[in-house]
Amino acid sequence: MASAFDQIADIIAETSDVPREKITPDSHVIDDLGIDSLDFLDIVFAIDKAFGIKVPIESWTQEVNAGNEPAEKFFVMKNLATRIEELVAAKSA
Amino acid sequence: MIDRVRSVDAERIEAEALVPRESTVFEGHFPGYPLVPGVLLLETMAQASGYLLLHRFGFDRMPFLSGAKETKFRTFVTPETRLEVVAELVHDGSGYAVTKARISAAGKRICDAELTFRTLPFPAKELEAEMRAQAVRIGLIGDPAA
Repeated sequence: MASAFDQIADIIAETSDVPREKITPDSHVIDDLGIDSLDFLDIVFAIDKAFGIKVPIESWTQEVNAGNEPAEKFFVMKNLATRIEELVAAKSA
Repeated sequence: MIDRVRSVDAERIEAEALVPRESTVFEGHFPGYPLVPGVLLLETMAQASGYLLLHRFGFDRMPFLSGAKETKFRTFVTPETRLEVVAELVHDGSGYAVTKARISAAGKRICDAELTFRTLPFPAKELEAEMRAQAVRIGLIGDPAA
């Protein structure tokens, strides 16, 4: 089974104009890949469906905007994959 | 655009809308051959979806249309057509929601689309008040003053 990173990278490549080969574990979804907020909604929808979870993107954004968390925690690909794996594990627990 | 809600629950809404006999829209779309513009049919589907989401969220959040996919306009719509509008929840996400909506008339499919909405706390009290008032007018919710 593909890793969470690979699945998310595939989703981003299919949902946006970003070539799959450009998406690396260190890519920042917004700063490096140029995904805007509306495209990111489509990506989150696809992730929700693929993993059977509800990505709490609203609370993540609030945490970042409030300065409580760095954006990299949620929006760098390897970290995003970790967050998704955590959500999947929490759902299965 | 929506005149009356026939039924609603957390997942689905059925509503109706009557295309007026006369409208300034028809002066240009099209002279001598009045048709409802596709963008207004899309707006009608978005409004039905929006009312579904308002009802689902208990008027806690306002849905704003952010995307439309797989939009197909299958049949011309002329003045005085009674439209049956159905919207169903596809996904209730974090700060967004996705619906599928369709319009038919006399059992004939007119258009359909998958719609995405950003959902936000009401940015203005006037907007919330107006949405609640409109919801009462179309029968989405009961009149709290009654």
